[in-house]
Amino acid sequence: MTNKNESFEENLEKLKESVKSLEKGDLPLKETLEKFEEGLKVSKLCSEELDTAQKKIEKIIEKDGKLISEPFEE
Amino acid sequence: METNQKIIKIPESNILTVGKLTDYIKQRLENDLQLINIWVKGEISNFTRHNSGHLYFTLKDEISQISCAMFRSSASSLKFEPEHGMKVLVLSSLSVYKLSGKYQLIVSEMHPDGLGALHQKYLQLKEKLEKEGLFSKEHKKNIPKFPKTIGIITSPTGAAIKDLIRNLTRRFPNINIKIAPTIVQGVDAASSIIKSIELLNKISDIDVIIIGRGGGSLEDLWCFNEEIVARAIFKSKIPTISAVGHETDFTISDFVADCRAPTPSTAAEIAVPDKNELLKEIKHLRERLLQKTERSMESKKQCLVSLLDRPIFKRPFDFINQYLQQIDDLMSKSRRAIQNFLELRKKGLEILTAKLDTINPKAVLKRGYSIALKKGKIIKNASDVKIDDMIEIMFQKGEIKSQVKEVKNDK
Repeated sequence: MTNKNESFEENLEKLKESVKSLEKGDLPLKETLEKFEEGLKVSKLCSEELDTAQKKIEKIIEKDGKLISEPFEE
Repeated sequence: METNQKIIKIPESNILTVGKLTDYIKQRLENDLQLINIWVKGEISNFTRHNSGHLYFTLKDEISQISCAMFRSSASSLKFEPEHGMKVLVLSSLSVYKLSGKYQLIVSEMHPDGLGALHQKYLQLKEKLEKEGLFSKEHKKNIPKFPKTIGIITSPTGAAIKDLIRNLTRRFPNINIKIAPTIVQGVDAASSIIKSIELLNKISDIDVIIIGRGGGSLEDLWCFNEEIVARAIFKSKIPTISAVGHETDFTISDFVADCRAPTPSTAAEIAVPDKNELLKEIKHLRERLLQKTERSMESKKQCLVSLLDRPIFKRPFDFINQYLQQIDDLMSKSRRAIQNFLELRKKGLEILTAKLDTINPKAVLKRGYSIALKKGKIIKNASDVKIDDMIEIMFQKGEIKSQVKEVKNDK
């Protein structure tokens, strides 16, 4: 989980970085296209990442040394 | 009846007005050192907070009661919310309110009573754990910015859990929440909290734990000031956010946790990002990315177009033709130069030939002269030969060999 979290942050950072270097301008054509492709790729990863978790609210109890999760009802 | 009719004669100077009497009482009471800045304890009743910010209430015990007023200037620095039935300790001075002739305590400080010992304990524990380094920054774990699973340690029936779930799911609708139902008040609270911390630490995918409960009296919140709870929070491998009571309540848990949230709602804000904000940010970044790339490509295209617009690309043959013309020019120039040169050389040759003709000895022969030679050498003077020498004589056509008979040397 932690790795994935980091990758979201990393991807967001990469996206910001791509935009920043494109904003600075005067990049060679090849790099412009590379930054663009990279930015597009990571922006997609970022949005996808936010949707990977599934809403679940449960309570955790320990019974006879075993962890049991049950749906939590308010 | 008789007594009524008696005329009482009292000197006017001995009679007081109500106002004067009250003034006197007021002066006496308010200047009595025994009644200035005194600590009084009792239970609050008839508590009212006036719009002006002044507080009015009665302090009572089993025997008596006394009116109290706490003016806004003092009331604003209160660290808790006084209420009916609360036992308090007040620092106050006696005062008389002239209009009603009532005496009352003007309160300058108020503290919850009965917690003195607990408060002392709290301070001692805080100092001890602080010295041990349990609160120090280097032990604080980072709260992950983008957690997927939140652990919650609180009562499953309290106000805090509702607040947390509402705020967590509002900010991040697809968040995963794992609740460890916990007793957060009373004698069993401390051990229950510790158990829950250990329980959630056994689950691998929890990113952050929120430990807390809603507001309450200092006694209600006491379990969060227990040393064993503090140590359990310190030991947690998963980052912790402490969210106990209201903004003004500080507990040991708040200090030892990796992060303190003033209230459970704030804890939710600290724990999870606002998904909509994030999506908006990503969208915005993507738009900028597209825009910047487009602009960059456009400017490169413009650059290319303006290059292609230059004459060299538009009329390339102009240049070639210019060169061809130049070549033509040069060719005819060089042809002329060669001709001139050849002509000059030809003339020079003619002159030379003519010159040669004049000096050619054979030309002399043509004119009827002859040349005498001795052993191939021209004889210039008679002294060059002796008698009987063999000499040759060349004519225009043919030659003869002859022998010298006589030599006449001219002077």
